[in-house]
Amino acid sequence: MGLADWIRSWPVYRQVTGRDRTGRGRAAQSGRSAALTPRTTGADRVVGSVCPFCAVGCAQHVYVRDERVVQIEGNPGSPISRGRLCPKGSASKQLVTGPQRAERVLYRPPYGTEWQELDLGTAMDMVADRVLDARRKGWQDADEDGNPLRRTMGFASLGGATLDNEENYLIKKLFTALGAIQIENQARI
Amino acid sequence: MTDEAARTDPATATGYGEHPPRVGFFTDTSVCIGCKACEVACKEWNGVPDDGFDLLGMSFDNTGMLGANSWRHVTFVEQPARPEPRRAEAVDLGLPSFDLPGAGTGEEGRTDFRWLMSSDVCKHCTHAGCLDVCPTGALFRTEYGSVVVQPDICNGCGYCVSGCPYGVIDRREDDGRAWKCTLCYDRLRDGLEPACAKACPTDSIQFGPLDELRERAARRVDALHEAGVSEARLYGESPDDGVGGDGAFFLLLDEPEVYGLPPDPVVPTRDAPSMWKHAGLAASALAAAAVSVFLGRGSR
Amino acid sequence: MGSNMAEAHPVGFQWVMEAKARGAEVIHIDPRFTRTSAMADLHVPLRAGTDIAFLGGVINHILQNDLDFREYVRAYTNAPYLVDERFQDTEDLDGLFSGYDPETASYDNTTWRYESQTDTGEGGSRAKEQSRPDQLGSGGPGLEGGARKIAADPELKHPRCVFQILKRHFARYTPEAVEEICGVPAETFLRVCRAWTANSGRERTAALVYSVGWTQHTLGAQYIRAGSIIQLLLGNIGRPGGGVFALRGHASIQGSTDIPTLFNLLPGYLPMPDTAHEDLPSYLHKVRGDRQKGFWRNADAYLVSLLKEYWGEAAAPENDFRFDYLPRINGDHGTYRTVLDMLDGKVFGYFLLGQNPAVGSAHGRLQRLAMSNLDWLVVRDLAMIESAEFWKDSPEIETGEIVPERCRTEVFFFPAASHVEKAGTFTQTQRMLQWRDKAVEPRGDQRSELWFIYHLGRLLREKLSGSADERDRPLLDLAWDYELEGDEPSAEDVLRRINGIDLRTGREVGGYLDLRADGTTACGCWIYSGVFADGVNQAARRKPHDEQGPYENEWGWTWPLNRRVLYNRASADLDGKPWSERKALVWWDAERGEWTGHDVPDFEKNKPPHYRPGDDDVGPAALSGDDPFIMQADGKGWLFAPNGIVDGPLPTHYEPHESPVRNQLYAQQGNPARNVYGRAENPSNPSPPERGGEVFPYVFTTARLTEHHTAGGMSRQLPYLSELQPELFMEVSPRLAAERGLTHLGWAHVITSRTAVDARVFVTDRMRPLRIEGREVHQVWMPYHWGHTGLVDGDVVNDLIGVVLDPNVFIQESKVATCDVRPGRRPRGPALLDYVAGYRKRAGVTPETGTRIDTVTRHDIAHREEDR
Repeated sequence: MGLADWIRSWPVYRQVTGRDRTGRGRAAQSGRSAALTPRTTGADRVVGSVCPFCAVGCAQHVYVRDERVVQIEGNPGSPISRGRLCPKGSASKQLVTGPQRAERVLYRPPYGTEWQELDLGTAMDMVADRVLDARRKGWQDADEDGNPLRRTMGFASLGGATLDNEENYLIKKLFTALGAIQIENQARI
Repeated sequence: MTDEAARTDPATATGYGEHPPRVGFFTDTSVCIGCKACEVACKEWNGVPDDGFDLLGMSFDNTGMLGANSWRHVTFVEQPARPEPRRAEAVDLGLPSFDLPGAGTGEEGRTDFRWLMSSDVCKHCTHAGCLDVCPTGALFRTEYGSVVVQPDICNGCGYCVSGCPYGVIDRREDDGRAWKCTLCYDRLRDGLEPACAKACPTDSIQFGPLDELRERAARRVDALHEAGVSEARLYGESPDDGVGGDGAFFLLLDEPEVYGLPPDPVVPTRDAPSMWKHAGLAASALAAAAVSVFLGRGSR
Repeated sequence: MGSNMAEAHPVGFQWVMEAKARGAEVIHIDPRFTRTSAMADLHVPLRAGTDIAFLGGVINHILQNDLDFREYVRAYTNAPYLVDERFQDTEDLDGLFSGYDPETASYDNTTWRYESQTDTGEGGSRAKEQSRPDQLGSGGPGLEGGARKIAADPELKHPRCVFQILKRHFARYTPEAVEEICGVPAETFLRVCRAWTANSGRERTAALVYSVGWTQHTLGAQYIRAGSIIQLLLGNIGRPGGGVFALRGHASIQGSTDIPTLFNLLPGYLPMPDTAHEDLPSYLHKVRGDRQKGFWRNADAYLVSLLKEYWGEAAAPENDFRFDYLPRINGDHGTYRTVLDMLDGKVFGYFLLGQNPAVGSAHGRLQRLAMSNLDWLVVRDLAMIESAEFWKDSPEIETGEIVPERCRTEVFFFPAASHVEKAGTFTQTQRMLQWRDKAVEPRGDQRSELWFIYHLGRLLREKLSGSADERDRPLLDLAWDYELEGDEPSAEDVLRRINGIDLRTGREVGGYLDLRADGTTACGCWIYSGVFADGVNQAARRKPHDEQGPYENEWGWTWPLNRRVLYNRASADLDGKPWSERKALVWWDAERGEWTGHDVPDFEKNKPPHYRPGDDDVGPAALSGDDPFIMQADGKGWLFAPNGIVDGPLPTHYEPHESPVRNQLYAQQGNPARNVYGRAENPSNPSPPERGGEVFPYVFTTARLTEHHTAGGMSRQLPYLSELQPELFMEVSPRLAAERGLTHLGWAHVITSRTAVDARVFVTDRMRPLRIEGREVHQVWMPYHWGHTGLVDGDVVNDLIGVVLDPNVFIQESKVATCDVRPGRRPRGPALLDYVAGYRKRAGVTPETGTRIDTVTRHDIAHREEDR
């Protein structure tokens, strides 16, 4: 900023020379205020989404800049929500960008007293081994009358109400193919 | 500019020639469900810090009051039913008294329990005490007629805090600067409505040109009166009140005190209009203040 | 009723406020005065757990005063049908229906049938064990011969017709009985009756909204039945502004029921096969009658298409489409049964996928102790939650019941991708699928469930490749070939295959009418068929509401076939004309020979209103032009349920499992078919006729707050939500505060035979004692969002709740229990266990308490868990 600009940026200068003789309006406007625009304007893209909390299904606009979520608010086009959000829906940005979000796999060995970090690939492999082990230990070919059961009671799963339909579909499909039947979610609760 | 325009249109009075119409909030508390979406949407948009995790026991209100870290505040008022005479004996239990705000006030004939909710906010007064007393030019009147603190100017002197007849503006503990609702000044620039009004699930918080809001509010009061809600009344809509009318006004279902609002707010600088004519005087005061701003900022 | 819509579904509540502004009267019937009550024209507090007494009163009021919508009732409900002459009502058996077996606490429902109906065998203890009614979410229960003529009295006068049975059954639900049982003054009750009936009929409709305040009871399914009966009697089903609305609590809890991660269901409410289903024909025979009418008759096409999607090429006509690959259920494998089995060491591994049972399930203590007895636990969530850290900082660490160094459970915590970091659909509470685009990439190890399950499946298939073991065939033959975008499976491809593919052309099918039972179509979920019609992701449509018609059919996609109002044929009269212009929705256009209107007609498009089927027709062809309930086996709305409900064909008032009072209507105290699990770890508070109930004199209920989300994993971690409700509290009336010496904002604790939980006290007039049987009954409630992880912590309220279930759907009774309340904090550490044991001793609680279910004929049968 040159000297002249600097002087012009003085409120007093602007008050004395401009139309705002009160010095409380235009003359008092700072450079930051003059240049202010909503951060949504600078978004690289606006993505259509749906609130993840309750089942009303309010539509959201997710504003992304530099591959970061900078704002989440209601989509006024929705016939369900007309752009409105409740306090939880309004806190969606904090939900997805807050420091509470876990980013690393954690592992607690038997009898351990603290978490340990574990590589994602290793963890997946360990889980796969344990699934096969539990499946084998809980396997039942038939009931006492010889009726086929073709199932395992060795492991169970709980969850799905917060997940996508596509995810629930794969969960049920995979676990059913493994013979697991104790597959449940919040709808039972 | 005409005197009338200067008196009623703050943007005109503060030097904006061609400018957008004055905008504000009409908060219809008769449809407020107390969800606090306004509080959260405001914080998410403006990056306002949390205000601590304190259980206040004031019904469902754990925000307490407007402040530097709460630019929207939902008040909850529990009003017990006025006991009908024949039941009075049965209800007299010698209970431990606990007086929640608003208990015992209200319509004479009311027999139902009421739970009133209302989202409070900066009033963006026509004659804004905070603005009048700000020595640094940190507070200013925008082209929309709203009153905004500029964090890049504010030096935390705190004069504005005592200048507000509603107790709205407040200094933040960590940086000492004053903060309050900006009517989402940045969003207005792009034609967006403020975050709180956009989120409000029941449209209790309505945003728009003040003239339109006043008409709408008058119609709503009439409709409620017709429906038998005789206690409905407007608060802060009149340009003739002690602050020249609020940019954010309310439809209430009881006396303002019940909601923690001053019944007859008066801008401490009520005589300021005569002062406004002496712009030079104000300018010199501002010049002195401007020096202190630069000194103040330099020393931090 | 049973819903706090303003708090739990605030944005949905805008439509209630809109209706109110247009003159609708809003009535809130609920034990608590909530933010919903504050907005209502009338709040009616009632004792928690007595809704059926209230609703039964409304039914009685309607029938005694001839206020039903008679034309609608006669034509569209089963009111005229005659019931088997062997049927006996609760009026005859002091609270039991005919067919009750005290040994198994279950009903044989043979005598509940229509007179002309043949046996389809859906009752008995087997049906109860498998939560059979829960499997009927889209098709009605079987009704063999439903396509044939059913004996009926169109005049509704025959003593055995449904209408007259209904009238007799509810005759004792008088306003005085409602007042005595519910604590609602008769005049207030009658005001509700008048408002409900005056706003129903040709010109007007009334809507009924419920939530988990209705479902979380030992007779929750019957609550909803009772509400449905009123809405059918008043002609409020299938019509605009009418209906029964279940407001559900999670973003896709409807989806996870439709595409079930539930033990007894396959996608689209097809039952999981059990051991009685030897092969595909026997399964189909059981699932739907061969001579059944309605669209459920086509269940063969739905199942075969599912098997084709599961096993692709390997599923062929000659191998029953690999029906034998499906594992069989043969009893109760619900989540609470599974948790008890964990305690007993019968389960080795557990996946928690976005769920926090240590806080959110009933009897949190039981949940945590069970998890401490596993080999391994996998937890996937956005942030750290209590269920992943039970070994570290659960309340049982404090009491010494779990010691980290002695707890063997291996725990894997996987960070999950959030809703903006993956694409996919949620199904919201009114069956609408809405697609979400992916906004940003997840970070670090964060992954979607789609990724996790897909790659877990891939790894397992790799590890087992080459296996000759027959048990591995279903996994190795599985169609696991979804398109990948990088290493992320394409959610759109999964959705496409859920929609269904015509295998002859490779193109998407247009809807479930296109599905075939011959193996030429594959479809993952028949009710979702059409979501990818024309190769277009219909769930991703986002045409703004102000740019389309009043039913907004171009936003998202609603199953079935984008219909907004189910059974909307009922919005027109017998001639196909709207009952009134004001309430027009769909109607018969005689000139064009088709049904048309504002919504997609839920009826065969070209079937005239006066169409009558031939004697040999079955399935959809057997539906008459005036059979609006096209999934039902008789085409009618069921006032009386001849099949499909295990605890009685009509709703009946029973006291909750834990109640301070004796049932005033019948000798039978509680639901005679409820599921109890009597064991030391799961004690019950005594209820009359058992003694000792006075130790727990108050009615307890739990609820949620606007500011938090269920078990708190998505809200207690967020500063902006935590500051709004920072601490656990309990609400009591000023009178109870005086009785127990509680002070506003002071500490107090609530005790049940499970544990004690402490919290700050709110003394408020919103809580009102009720007069029940001439004495004052106090109610206490607590929100259940708190736990020990997150920014704000508090005791787990669900620890107070025991495990006792509705027998139809296996949902726990967490909306009502009994309790004591005392001032001050609860004891800490091992002293807590002694303190609660002291209560149990004073109340005489043993594992048998609460398990003597039959209080009419056999008082001596205790249904103890150990006897299993």
